[in-house]
Amino acid sequence: MSYNWNWGVLLQDPYFGWVWSGLGWTCAVAVAAWVIAFALGSVIGVLRTLPNPTARAIGAGYVELFRNIPLLMQMFLWYFVVPELLPRDVGFYVKKQMPLPEYWTAVVCLGLYTSARVAEQVRSGINAIRQGQRYAALALGLTPVQVYRYVLVPVSYRIIIPPLTSEFLGVFKNSSLALTIGVLELTAQARQIEEYTFQGFEAFTAATVLYCVITAIVMGLMQVVESNSRIPGMISLGAK
Amino acid sequence: MFKKLLVAAAAVALFAGVTPADAQDSPTLKRIKERGSISIGHREASVPFAYIGPGGKVIGYSIDLCMKIVDDIKKELKMDKLDVKLVPVTPQTRIPLLANGTIDMECGSTTNNLTRSKQVDYLAVTFITGTKLLVKKGSGIKEIEDLKGKSIGLALGTTNEKAIKAAAEQLKIDIKYVMVKDHTQGWLNLENGRTDAYATDDVLLYGLVAKSKNPKDWDVVGRFLSYDPYGFMVPRNDSEFRLVGNRTLADLMRSGEMQKIYDKWFNPGPDKINMPISADLKKAFEIQALPY
Repeated sequence: MSYNWNWGVLLQDPYFGWVWSGLGWTCAVAVAAWVIAFALGSVIGVLRTLPNPTARAIGAGYVELFRNIPLLMQMFLWYFVVPELLPRDVGFYVKKQMPLPEYWTAVVCLGLYTSARVAEQVRSGINAIRQGQRYAALALGLTPVQVYRYVLVPVSYRIIIPPLTSEFLGVFKNSSLALTIGVLELTAQARQIEEYTFQGFEAFTAATVLYCVITAIVMGLMQVVESNSRIPGMISLGAK
Repeated sequence: MFKKLLVAAAAVALFAGVTPADAQDSPTLKRIKERGSISIGHREASVPFAYIGPGGKVIGYSIDLCMKIVDDIKKELKMDKLDVKLVPVTPQTRIPLLANGTIDMECGSTTNNLTRSKQVDYLAVTFITGTKLLVKKGSGIKEIEDLKGKSIGLALGTTNEKAIKAAAEQLKIDIKYVMVKDHTQGWLNLENGRTDAYATDDVLLYGLVAKSKNPKDWDVVGRFLSYDPYGFMVPRNDSEFRLVGNRTLADLMRSGEMQKIYDKWFNPGPDKINMPISADLKKAFEIQALPY
């Protein structure tokens, strides 16, 4: 295989700018999606642990829906199908007038998909806490909301920090699927550079390195979170 | 007895390894002979060049011509059986897959240009077209200038994308670009109103219109914004392989069979494209019908 290496192409205008613009969009999509995923996922996860059967059914349905459809298909459904199902005016706004339609579609899609997975982790975190904790809290006179707010959810979050880190990393990697609906994030820009210069290996190596740097930063961040939120005396929580 | 068998086996093995001297010079032909199969890269929605037709079969003008080349390769390599592996490609994967040997030849609607020639080689020009715009009838868009403030769909990694962006920059018009993966997505965006136009080679636009639910609602408008001669891509630095391909195409052009294959797909063609052969293309066939 003959290939002409040219690493300098990454430093040339405009390709240099493209790489950084792609990185920016990747972070923008991932962080916004994570905010949605974490917030919504916590709510749904808690919903699945409530004694009320309707609440549990809603939570279960939500998780099954978003967990069982491939992410790529969900992207296409949100981008092509959902605007058609909305009332005509809303659909028109979403398609033509909303600023950055591809970006918001990608964020909503990725956010809801990841929220289903976060919900399952929050649920397992809560279920990992001994039943005694919940009864003790109730016996102390806390309302169910207070039980979750002060006893169950804080401990659950600390338990699930490792899988939550995986999901956070996953959001950054899954953001690359946004390129299929036109978001020019890092992977898309790498492909653009490859198309314009035919220096594909250099472009994709740069993208790979940048993804690794992002994930390293995320892992570092979660390490800090884990060590700062450790509760001394609770075995298996925040274990070294 | 056993010794005789051994000698006979050795003789067979010696002669079985002999291939025509030409094939040894060509890494691609050598690879085809060794594998017993040839991998053809094709498009999935480039009507009528290479696309998935009724019944899920890959058909098209480029496919027909490539199969003729495959027949000649089979004769050249003196093989009894030559498997044809059809590998779907996109504008972004076609060159890397050719450069790394996954496919031996690309049969689609690829423009022959000098930049790409740095990475691949091309066979003779089989079609001539250029970038035009596909719009909804009655939208009032006649030329690229009318797209000011509107949105246009562009397939990532095509010459059309570069042509439209270059033209917009030169004419200083502000157009919103919606990047799509392939022609099907671009068409979908145009159909549901997300974009006001879609730009690609004019013949592919006619193909999209012919395949649509209401062909009368769509118009191909505008002047040619680029010059796009199509050719099949082959691996670079393999003159022997390129010679086999060009020889087949020259034979077809000389005998008039090329014109027949053209009419089969374009005039009117199974997708009712209705494009009689243009004077430029006819001349191109005459010029490229090299004698022996």
